[in-house]
Amino acid sequence: MAKNQYETVFILTPVLSDQQMKDTVDKFRKTLADNGAEFVHEDNWGLRKLAYPIQNKSTGFYTLFEYKVEPTVIETLNTEFRRDERVMRDLTILMDKHHIAYAERRRSGLIGIKKSTETAKEGAEA
Amino acid sequence: MTLLNEPIERAQNRKKYCRFKKAGIKFIDYKDPNFLLKLINDQGKILPRRLTGTSLKYQRKVSQAIKRARHLGMLPYVTDNMK
Repeated sequence: MAKNQYETVFILTPVLSDQQMKDTVDKFRKTLADNGAEFVHEDNWGLRKLAYPIQNKSTGFYTLFEYKVEPTVIETLNTEFRRDERVMRDLTILMDKHHIAYAERRRSGLIGIKKSTETAKEGAEA
Repeated sequence: MTLLNEPIERAQNRKKYCRFKKAGIKFIDYKDPNFLLKLINDQGKILPRRLTGTSLKYQRKVSQAIKRARHLGMLPYVTDNMK
């Protein structure tokens, strides 16, 4: 079966220690790898503030996975997310060609949006 | 010449344009809340096309991106005085 490229972002509860957090991320990485996923990119954004409280928490650990996998595996992954109470939120989306191109440009540091927000900030300070 | 029905020179003369078409942005990132801030009002509501000038094609993508960002706790669903 053909593989599609997906992007998953999930938020882990902030009560975990660093080690527990890494273990949890490893668990999901393993679930994907066991189902034949090819990882394209992975990013840990660390502890970030939430815009509104989720499960009475105001922060969360964000993790981003980008990978290629067969579509049937996504249901398995979603079940894993739902069963794991350390996960506060998760979002998996199918990447279209523009999204893939954007992700690559972002990784190589050539993104226009970031620059424009930075210049906007500089303008506000000046 | 009468002044009746003549257009008043104001913002009317400034043509609206779609910022995504103009800048050639094909994908709107839901992971970049600072950019999405430009497309919502103080209460966190999505700004209409008649104010931003976004084309329908990209307005749909904007709304999808903002809703994804809200789900992930990067933008609020409801708020006061966001900026």
